[in-house]
Amino acid sequence: MSTSLIFDIKHYAINDGPGIRLTVFFKGCPLSCKWCHNPESISPHAQKSYTASKCIGSQKCVGICPNNALVLTENGIVTDIGACRLCGKCAEACPTKAIEMSGSPMTVEEIMGIIEKETLFFDQSGGGVTFSGGEPLMHPHLLLKLLKECGRKGIHRVVDTTLFTKQAIVMEVASNTDLFLIDIKHMDSTKHKEFTGVHNELILGNISKTANTDVGIIFRIPLIKGVNADLDNIEKTAKFIKNLPGKTRSIQLLPYHDVAIGKHAKMGNTVELEGMETPTKEEIENVISVFDRYGIQASVN
Amino acid sequence: METPVININKNKTVPARPARAEGNFYRKSTNKIGPGMNARIQKLRKESFEAEPTLSIERALIETRFYKENYGKYSIPVLRALNFLEICKKKTIYIGDGELIVGERGPKPKSVPTFPELTCHSVEDFHVLNTREMQRYTISQDDIGIYEKEVIPYWEGKTQRERIFGHVPKEWKAAYEAGIFTEFMEQRAPGHTALDGKIYKKGMLDFKKEIAEQIEKLDFLNDPEATDKSEQLKAMGISCDAVILFAERHADLAEEMANQEKDKKRTEELNGLARVCRRVPAHAPQNFWEAIQMYWFVHLGTITELNGWDAMNPGHFDQHLAPFYEKEIKAGNLTRDDAKELLSCFWIKVNNHPAPPKVGITARESGTYNDFTNINIGGLKPDGSDGTSEVSYIMLEIIEELHLLQPGNSVHISARTPDRFLMASCNVIRQGHGYPSVFNPDIYIQEMLQQGKTLDDAREGGCSGCIEVGAFGKEAYLLTGYLNVPKILEITLNKGIDPLTGKKAGIETGDPKDFKSYDELYNAFLKQLNFMVNQKILVSNYIDRMFAKYAPAPFLSVVIEDCITKGKDYYDGGPRYNTNYIQCTGLGTVTDSLSVLKKHVFEEKNISMANLLNAVAKNYEHEEELRQFILNNTPFYGNDDDYADGIAIGVYNDLLAAIDGKPNIKGGKYHLNMLSTTCHVYFGKVMGASPNGRLAHKSISDGTSPSHGCDVNGPTSVIRSLVKLDQTKSGGTLLNQRFMPGLLKHEEDLVKLGKLIRSYFTLGGHHIQFNIVDTATLYAAQKNPEDYKDLLVRMAGYSDYFNDMNADLQQEVIDRTENESF
Repeated sequence: MSTSLIFDIKHYAINDGPGIRLTVFFKGCPLSCKWCHNPESISPHAQKSYTASKCIGSQKCVGICPNNALVLTENGIVTDIGACRLCGKCAEACPTKAIEMSGSPMTVEEIMGIIEKETLFFDQSGGGVTFSGGEPLMHPHLLLKLLKECGRKGIHRVVDTTLFTKQAIVMEVASNTDLFLIDIKHMDSTKHKEFTGVHNELILGNISKTANTDVGIIFRIPLIKGVNADLDNIEKTAKFIKNLPGKTRSIQLLPYHDVAIGKHAKMGNTVELEGMETPTKEEIENVISVFDRYGIQASVN
Repeated sequence: METPVININKNKTVPARPARAEGNFYRKSTNKIGPGMNARIQKLRKESFEAEPTLSIERALIETRFYKENYGKYSIPVLRALNFLEICKKKTIYIGDGELIVGERGPKPKSVPTFPELTCHSVEDFHVLNTREMQRYTISQDDIGIYEKEVIPYWEGKTQRERIFGHVPKEWKAAYEAGIFTEFMEQRAPGHTALDGKIYKKGMLDFKKEIAEQIEKLDFLNDPEATDKSEQLKAMGISCDAVILFAERHADLAEEMANQEKDKKRTEELNGLARVCRRVPAHAPQNFWEAIQMYWFVHLGTITELNGWDAMNPGHFDQHLAPFYEKEIKAGNLTRDDAKELLSCFWIKVNNHPAPPKVGITARESGTYNDFTNINIGGLKPDGSDGTSEVSYIMLEIIEELHLLQPGNSVHISARTPDRFLMASCNVIRQGHGYPSVFNPDIYIQEMLQQGKTLDDAREGGCSGCIEVGAFGKEAYLLTGYLNVPKILEITLNKGIDPLTGKKAGIETGDPKDFKSYDELYNAFLKQLNFMVNQKILVSNYIDRMFAKYAPAPFLSVVIEDCITKGKDYYDGGPRYNTNYIQCTGLGTVTDSLSVLKKHVFEEKNISMANLLNAVAKNYEHEEELRQFILNNTPFYGNDDDYADGIAIGVYNDLLAAIDGKPNIKGGKYHLNMLSTTCHVYFGKVMGASPNGRLAHKSISDGTSPSHGCDVNGPTSVIRSLVKLDQTKSGGTLLNQRFMPGLLKHEEDLVKLGKLIRSYFTLGGHHIQFNIVDTATLYAAQKNPEDYKDLLVRMAGYSDYFNDMNADLQQEVIDRTENESF
């Protein structure tokens, strides 16, 4: 049976679309945004995470590891990444869940089972299911099955995506989705490449194609001072959105916060987030007024 | 991706009144007069808020002198009624400056009388109450001296408490002392009641007429109970006179004050007040002002006559007041602001009445000033239509603006309740005062039908006190005490011995190390459970009889349906319905403990019974690894996990089987409800560690909520777990959900909260309540209590000031699952 790696399922998700939602997070993303809030979502493979503060030093993991990849140090458990085969035995043995495997393979049936338990909340609140990630479009086979199954059952579907994939996939997903939440990170392709690892032509092209379909669209812009919050980029973004076919779409601004640093540490990574800052209230107001001039409604959390 | 809310309307992203805005509890208000709608209300609120609770010996002295002179001259009901009349005749009358609603139980606001006929405070009790850190009640040395000389000697051996404790079987006593159950009636009288609409249609003179007619009808030739009925009815008539007299004395004082008043406006008010007090409660009220004052006199009458649990409740107060409001608004005799001011005065009046303090050990342990008056807002009318009115919205405004400890309040959200009322309620919930709690009439009406009430009576019913349901104005529904269900498992695992004391606390049900299957263990637990329930009922029945015989409540009987026609007291089967509740506490803790035993000991066999019991006995000392394994690898209740929830359903159904439907001695039945109030903290204290990884003396789970911190899948999963219990078979369940303000920043979040409530209720939930506070605020409040004097936190069925709680209760609030991080 085909599966995809799911790294989290969030209940009572109130920030991922209308109403009360259930958000399914796919693992794996073609982008690697420096500021990513969910760094554990980027790798398409299962990963091991370790929370030092939960570790009580039982060394169960050390004993069970078939590859002797673990050792207890003053700073907690250290994994020899070269030796680790990601078999997950250490996570199973850990009494405190200090070691956890991020990403577990799930089938359509398993995911639908969880979704369907919550339909009453969706019905009451005008909510539904949101597929997020990572990049859900990296899993077109499973995603489309889920979207079609939800469609058949009348469950409202949101896909939270970068649209960085083949156009054919985008179009098929679009025809089976009620609402897209589409990230726009930067209008300058070189900058886009610098901060996210990929150029933006494919993304912008797919946005234009999607705008011609019936799917609802809300744009989301992670607003990061030092990356994309400058008015020049905002102006370009506004123009781009304004010139899209179809009705005017609204924008959500997600002001940057450095919450990811702790999450990176759990994955055993250190990151450099220098030069990235949270925009001030005033700067956010300025951004909003740029969009306002173009007749685009932008709002902030 | 972590993403923000979708803001459909950007102009509405900021709530009209952010949680930390002016007039809210976060703000120090030392230099300001404080919240409230206008100068009068601000002043009265401030006075009420700042008044120190004191003890008044006035009532005890009047009563003791009366008893000394008159005991034996009259039948007990008549003696009780005459005693009540004497108190109403002699007690100090108080009318405060600016007050529009008048009457105090004591000689002044927050001055609390004692009830020596129920429980007589000792000199030591007074010293404790005078000096304890929390919920202090001050009393002067002189008064203690008078009490010691006059009151204490007379009541020695004659109090209800002594009658009860002098007569309990040793098995009951052993279980009680081990903390397996509590007994409500050892401290206060049965009460737990609320009124229907009859006092807005009839005055005391009308009731007196009905009483006289009933006496006329008595058949002394053929009815063996005719004499008893006659005495009871006479007593009811006397008690009607008592409250009329009480009101007349207020009218006299108001007129006297008016004569001396220089301010013209106040003179008019005092004269108006005098007219109101001459009209009610003798006659039915004619306008909004009289209607509120009518209720307040009846309230005061019942809490002066005796010290019944939960003081008194007006029931569906908005529904009762709405016809008066609408009539007067239409006629132009009343403005919305007038109505709001009068209601605010009423709110403050209730706040002036802290609960009378307990005696004995509990005097040291404290509890709360809250006396559990609970105003029901919204809901359904007896004809099944929507009960909300403009008065309901005014009440919500008052709750938000005054944020007083008392009265408690609840909103009742039926499928027929408009969304705009639900949203207005959510808006108040977001302010974080802990009020209002939210009830589901569509389910509690079914609960009452299931208990045998008529549809109309059930619809007129609601929730009083904390979460218990009853047919308002027609039922005595007594809470008899809490049952510590996890403790019953604890002694089952210890062969009937309380591991904390080594004393025998229950029956011997076998050595758990010999149990071959989970069923064997569970059956032993059930055997122990049934034994305890029977002990509890045995003594409750005796206590019921003692109240009927020695401490009847003739005035309360006047206002509860069928007592007059039956000629029987409220405590003696007089009301139309007579229910005894046993409140079962700790469903989460016992379920999770059983889940550990079932899964790890009997199914997967990865922990031996001996090892588990050994670790539990040591309070998991040097067993942290095992404890962590249990905490992280066991299905726990509250996560929509059928394994754990299945166990919870089983326990719940077996509690029902043990309790529900057993006859009480008043022609009614025992039912269960799943209330804990703060008793889960006490119950935790008297317990060692439990198999679910809970450490010794930590509180057990509250109501039907999951164990603290064990619900890790968010509120929809908690709700799905809870609705697997057939809640309609209970007399109330309780779900605490802690919400951090971050989850309720936007208008849209509020709508989602409302829809979450609707979802729970559609699925069959009875009650849900929210605490909207952030942990940082709570820690700050612990550090700098004086800066957070106003911090109200919802506990379990009621709210309390965070600063008035002891450290255990405070920690409990902090420990509750923080939904922001799920």
